[in-house]
Amino acid sequence: MRPITYLRATDTASAVTAVSTDPTSDFLAGGTTEVDLLRQNVLNPRRLVDINDLPLTDVEGTPAGGVRIGALARMSDVAADPVVRERFPLIAQALELGASAQLRNMASMGGNLLQRVRCSYFRDAESPCNKREPGTGCSAVEGFSRGHAVLGTSEHCIATHPSDVAVALVALDAQVRTTGPHGERTYAIDDFFLLPGDSPHREHPLEHGELITGIEVPATPVARHSHYLKVRDRASYEFALVSVAAALSVVDGVIADVRMALGGVATKPWRARRAEDFLIGARVQRDDFAMAARVEMADARPTPMNAFKVELAQRAIVRVLDLLSDGTGDGSEPGPGAGSPS
Amino acid sequence: MPVRGPALTEQDAALLEQGPGPVRVGLSVNGAKRTLDIEPRVSLLDALREHLHLTGAKKGCDQGTCGACTVWVDGRRALACLTLALTCEGHEITTVEGLSEDGELHEMQRAFIAEDAFQCGYCTPGQIMSAVALVQEGHAGDDDEIKEWMSGNICRCAAYPHIRAAIRAARDRM
Repeated sequence: MRPITYLRATDTASAVTAVSTDPTSDFLAGGTTEVDLLRQNVLNPRRLVDINDLPLTDVEGTPAGGVRIGALARMSDVAADPVVRERFPLIAQALELGASAQLRNMASMGGNLLQRVRCSYFRDAESPCNKREPGTGCSAVEGFSRGHAVLGTSEHCIATHPSDVAVALVALDAQVRTTGPHGERTYAIDDFFLLPGDSPHREHPLEHGELITGIEVPATPVARHSHYLKVRDRASYEFALVSVAAALSVVDGVIADVRMALGGVATKPWRARRAEDFLIGARVQRDDFAMAARVEMADARPTPMNAFKVELAQRAIVRVLDLLSDGTGDGSEPGPGAGSPS
Repeated sequence: MPVRGPALTEQDAALLEQGPGPVRVGLSVNGAKRTLDIEPRVSLLDALREHLHLTGAKKGCDQGTCGACTVWVDGRRALACLTLALTCEGHEITTVEGLSEDGELHEMQRAFIAEDAFQCGYCTPGQIMSAVALVQEGHAGDDDEIKEWMSGNICRCAAYPHIRAAIRAARDRM
């Protein structure tokens, strides 16, 4: 790791000022991605501004039925929060199926949203990579791409967004609150994650020194009946090949409300709007679930190595809808191996 | 010795920029105050092993994937390799060396010996620190739960069945 200087911020305003006035400064929160990438020389700030003492750790339910999550709340604390578990089981499940117990104790919610991709070409600090060094090309397009994205890709980048909880938050229309050199801002979470297009180094709309202060999840009654399904190469402590965050409400055999987003298959947490549109008003039957899944994946552009994800994603979507329409997806605790392929 | 960097602005002049050279830092480790001079880039793992000579926590991957460096920060299990030591000022660090009391091994340590829960032993300190926290968190209910909540500690000798046996035994005595 290159030499760095360190500064511990005591209030949000001075933290924002310290970073926004110095292009070579970055915030440091849980460090689970950042310290790793510093050590590999993928990130090269001169100075770290430690924000862990800032008062941004609260998790509180809103009177309307939503929840406000401080940016520095740790993944484990959010997952264990009774309000989150009751109102948004898919958030708790997505968190507990991510990383390991140790990492969940360290990683902050804001940092989770900003975690960098797991593409090995991005992380090796050597290969051509448009995300790390704009204009150098994408090594994954013609390279090893088994874990890469099939939706939202461009010729410049096919890296998969790695977060689990962001998938649940996208399904729930969460908002990301920030404070920066130009004041406070609120982003719809779907607008917070950018498609790679021809500028894959731009992953979000934040300006340098703009700090995530919190995440607000609006009241979403359908979310009480929700599930996060994660399919991966081993039963635990692994990134998703495919994941589905879904909430479902069925009235008299007809789908009255549905929320769905996909992880592991796209360059951003992928709101499955086409599937949702197809399912609203549809009867609860497998053929319709399969058709919704097919519609959602119709634009997939796989590589020869990750073509299996197109089929796997469709099966995962059907499985989640089966589970939720059975009345068994009641937001119970995620069982061990719940995400393993069957 | 804390030094002020060149890029301080009016607003953050009140904040103290430290490094990049060695900085004096006070850490509380296993209940004792320790003072050391380290660069800001030094991980908690290197601070413990190379500076305080507490070599219980092991360096396996040094990138947060193996769990061999698991210690507690304020009683919560965390990875020392992905933690910068300077961020731990003001927090209580516990390593496997701090687990025994009055020369008596912790129940979990005794159970690991009794159940033969290791072969090469390299992952064992991390396994034990994780396992004690697991029981305290209430996540050691059955084998499925133990598997899931211990998945951050890899054992390349694959002593997992014996590790689970040790955790079950210690759980019932803790």
